[in-house]
Amino acid sequence: MEIQALVDKFKVGNRRALSRLISLAENGFKDARLISKELFPLTGNAYILGITGAPGTGKSTLTNKLVQLIVENGERVGVIAIDPTSPFSGGALLGDRIRMKDNYTNQNVFIRSMANRGRLGGMARATKDVITIMDAFGFDYIIIETVGVGQSEVDVYGTAHTTLVLVVPGMGDDIQAFKAGIMETSDLFVVNKMDLDGANKMVMEIESMLDLNQKVEVSRSKYENSAMEQQSWRPPVQKVNARRGNGIPALWEQIMSHRHHVESKGVLECKQLNRFKNELLDILEERFKLQIDQILDPKENPSILEDIRAITERKANPYSIAEKLGKRVIESLENGA
Amino acid sequence: MEMSEQRKIRVVVAKPGLDGHDRGAKVVARALRDAGMEVIYTGLHQTPRQIVETVIQEDPDVLCLSILSGAHNAIFPRIMELMGENEIDDVLILAGGVIPEADRAELKDLGLEGFHGPGTPLKEIVDYIRNHLKR
Repeated sequence: MEIQALVDKFKVGNRRALSRLISLAENGFKDARLISKELFPLTGNAYILGITGAPGTGKSTLTNKLVQLIVENGERVGVIAIDPTSPFSGGALLGDRIRMKDNYTNQNVFIRSMANRGRLGGMARATKDVITIMDAFGFDYIIIETVGVGQSEVDVYGTAHTTLVLVVPGMGDDIQAFKAGIMETSDLFVVNKMDLDGANKMVMEIESMLDLNQKVEVSRSKYENSAMEQQSWRPPVQKVNARRGNGIPALWEQIMSHRHHVESKGVLECKQLNRFKNELLDILEERFKLQIDQILDPKENPSILEDIRAITERKANPYSIAEKLGKRVIESLENGA
Repeated sequence: MEMSEQRKIRVVVAKPGLDGHDRGAKVVARALRDAGMEVIYTGLHQTPRQIVETVIQEDPDVLCLSILSGAHNAIFPRIMELMGENEIDDVLILAGGVIPEADRAELKDLGLEGFHGPGTPLKEIVDYIRNHLKR
């Protein structure tokens, strides 16, 4: 079968097989499942960096510089660059490679552009599968560059070992730094375009936001252990000019000291717990959704029309029908459909 | 049971060589996006190596090359040579920009399949891609 042949080539380092497997995982749940079965045992060695921030803050440009630094250190790096899918046409224009051309003929670098295919949260459904595949291939680092985010797309924080939030001067007053969401889900703040007016003020605003963090007891339901880890890690704020490369070596040192923090204080276990909990939720949701879609599709299940008629004629209510259909979903899952 | 409903046509749009005219490539990239395809745009001044590496990494169904500098007879054969070295034979390759009629037969022999110069209706390019995919 096709996947097995690709996996064999993949295991001897064939980059095209790597690329084909990513496409298969991206296009279907079934293939993603088979690929995970083959490759997941080989994973667990890559260090995952997340880079997020609003559109135009310089995520791709910064990624390019970090990639360069990693290969200069003699290590291998995979990049997952995510851009949005059009809600109207379902198409996408993926333009992150434009800023990465310095590096993409280097055999220690592999850059893959992904459309988010309508998924909210800053990443694509298959991003986790691409991480598995790249990790199994033997990359030392995997960089996830999210779509240009607003204030609440925080998924990458649940996946990456170290998450960098990029900001640039001139995007609002200090209240922006105090808002909930993305500003809370950062291991490191990067103020890019440091030569613009307002960069120092921006650093000050973030620092004063962080000062308050130390004093307030927070309870976080989704990332239950992060309160504990935040106590011992105050995110540094680093000014850079990603295009010219200013501040990049200092930023890398901070990434490395966060890595040291993650790997030495049991933080890794918390991060893994969150990461795989989210991943399981993801897979389960998708698995159930496929089954639900089938049951709601009159072509697959003609009796759904009667169920809906019963609702429109007020002979049944939507909750009772949902209850009935829910049982069928579970039955069909048990039958391994 | 069909579960891979999410397959999208992936297209790499590349500008090879020392040619700064990318309006056409951008218009085509936009049209393909609006036709529901996932378009990877590489930007200007791509070497044949960079283009073939992009194809390896992005795994597109289609490669669109736009060139207006007149260097097609030097650059396209080099791209096809590298594609061959990497055993890539299931990608549909189209040329845009200015390719004189007289040069086309030879490029077709190398494996370039469609020629869509200035003035081609965008729908024609979209339809051509949909009807000529190799996988």
